Amino acid sequence: MRMVDLPDAGGHFGPYGGVFVAETLMQALDELKAAYARYRNDPEFQAEFAYELKHYVGRPSPVYHARRWSERFGGAQVYLKREDLNHTGAHKINNVIGQALLARRMDKRRVIAETGAGMHGVAAATIAARYGMECVVYMGTEDVRRQVQNVYRMKLLGATVVPVESGSKTLKDALNEAMRDWVTNVENTYYIIGTVAGPHPYPMMVRDFQSVIGREAREQMLELAGRQPDAILACVGGGSNAMGIFHPYIADEKVRLIGVEAAGEGLESGKHAATLCTGKPGVLHGNRTYLLQDENGQIIETHSISAGLDYPGVGPEHAWLKDSGRAEYVSVTDAEALQAFHDLCRLEGIMPALESAHALAYAAKMAPRMRKDQILLINLSGRGDKDMHTVAEKSGIKF
Amino acid sequence: MSRIAATFDALKKQGKKALIPFITAGDPDPQLTVPLMHALARAGCDVIELGVPFSDPMADGPVIQRSSERALKHGVSLRIVLGYVAEFRKTDRTTPVVVFGYANPIEAMGAERFADAARAADADGVLVVDDPPEEARPLVAMLDERGLDMIFLLSPTTTDERLAQVAKLGRGYLYYVSLRGVTGAANIDISDVAARVKHVRGFVRLPVGVGFGIRDAQSACAVGAVADAVVIGSALIQEIEKAPRDQVLARVARFLAPIREGLDSLSAVKA
Repeated sequence: MRMVDLPDAGGHFGPYGGVFVAETLMQALDELKAAYARYRNDPEFQAEFAYELKHYVGRPSPVYHARRWSERFGGAQVYLKREDLNHTGAHKINNVIGQALLARRMDKRRVIAETGAGMHGVAAATIAARYGMECVVYMGTEDVRRQVQNVYRMKLLGATVVPVESGSKTLKDALNEAMRDWVTNVENTYYIIGTVAGPHPYPMMVRDFQSVIGREAREQMLELAGRQPDAILACVGGGSNAMGIFHPYIADEKVRLIGVEAAGEGLESGKHAATLCTGKPGVLHGNRTYLLQDENGQIIETHSISAGLDYPGVGPEHAWLKDSGRAEYVSVTDAEALQAFHDLCRLEGIMPALESAHALAYAAKMAPRMRKDQILLINLSGRGDKDMHTVAEKSGIKF
Repeated sequence: MSRIAATFDALKKQGKKALIPFITAGDPDPQLTVPLMHALARAGCDVIELGVPFSDPMADGPVIQRSSERALKHGVSLRIVLGYVAEFRKTDRTTPVVVFGYANPIEAMGAERFADAARAADADGVLVVDDPPEEARPLVAMLDERGLDMIFLLSPTTTDERLAQVAKLGRGYLYYVSLRGVTGAANIDISDVAARVKHVRGFVRLPVGVGFGIRDAQSACAVGAVADAVVIGSALIQEIEKAPRDQVLARVARFLAPIREGLDSLSAVKA
């Protein structure tokens, strides 16, 4: 099977992916699989999806040549895929619309979601408002504290935010709790997973919905630069923005694919979220993939300045892209990401999300070593307004 | 014949129902686990489900989540849990023990090494909550080779197609989860359970145990009337949670006595 045609019928990407859930969820996943198989290539579904992306989200998002930032490197030209300009401020909305359209066709009037930074929660709450659905968002209490504004945004949009107290009180625990809700209310509830993880068909489905990013980029790069980039960079937490831009390029082997993980306070400090760089394969949240875990298979707590990357797992397709060598995975620290955040603000007038700033920071390392006619394309997955609080705190400023 | 099969055979001959408790190994205290297992056997339990604590117990409600967290604070790992089984076996050669947990601790140990270690500890069965028939074949084969039973879950939503699959792969007994939801959830609908268990028996010869929502003699008897075994988890762990350390064993015995008695009265009625 060609890599680009994966997963197989059981949701496997090589040894990764699959359906590792309790029996109580199997029927719900079978139902979802059948529904997605039915609508995946349905012209009417695809037309509605395209309409929403254009008129509600504002797609296509532009590709922008960051000239001043590139000049500073004196090397490669850096282009940005502006997912930060989407409605709700990140790539998350693409996937949420796709899944909400599916939920409507499946007659589910209640949607639930997990969220870390709150961007996926906000996107889910937004779409629930748009379609008149009930929306419940699970969020770790640690993230509720870090992302006060997004919590209020979700409430303004009519969603119920449920703080999750268990475990490390972050994204992974929110996901556990959302799964528990789903298993209990499966009759009327659709679970909108926000990333390319979870049991099959989620990793495939979320990737498909996010692939609009890479498909647009292919056309836009031709228009703007007359060719495809030498390398594409994207930050990787769960990995949905990266999968979205990588996937349409997988078969195009001349283009390097580089996923950038959160090294937090440094890989050697143990306080990081660099799952692919330092983790080991295991099973969590319904799929087999790389995990940050101790020697006994207990999941360990992660750290990143960006809540959206603070996750001990990663989408199974990334695990396979790593093992097969088709994509490379690297990491940058909190400090490096912060520097890139400030640089993009000052040189280009664009405030990136701290998540996206990780991809920017790695580009800043690569570009000076490259020729001036070479091109880097970065997926600028979200905007940084939500992170002003965190950045200010780091700079010793209180509002 | 496996110890589990022998146990169910013997019970069937006596017209009795199996009582299967679930406890989390290492909760509330690692030193209490083996004594607790012996106390369960003395209280008339037929099979013991010994939970392996996991950091992310996705299918469990708050009671078992808390017990898992307590056990993890003591650093209880899969290897240590198998150590408890071996220790228990030194003096109890008859009560089957099922090692019950999530997939990742087994993945981390390596499936083959786990199967060897479970055999060496003289465990009898393995139940992996998040390893459904679709993914479990390799582990089932390894356990089969070593004479260990892989126990599978069934739920109210399991389709006939998947029932047939489970019938092929399942060993020992089947664990019918009587509720939609997580462990420790509300009350169960007995007529619904009776109808489902009857339906399941059309597909499998294995004994059928029912769990989720059983908390006292009354609910145990209602389930015992239609199933081969009654599984009690969250209600038992709540008793353990409430008891002062030095009274855990006594409290568990007191909690289980009326349940055992109730189940036995069912067979007396029949006889």
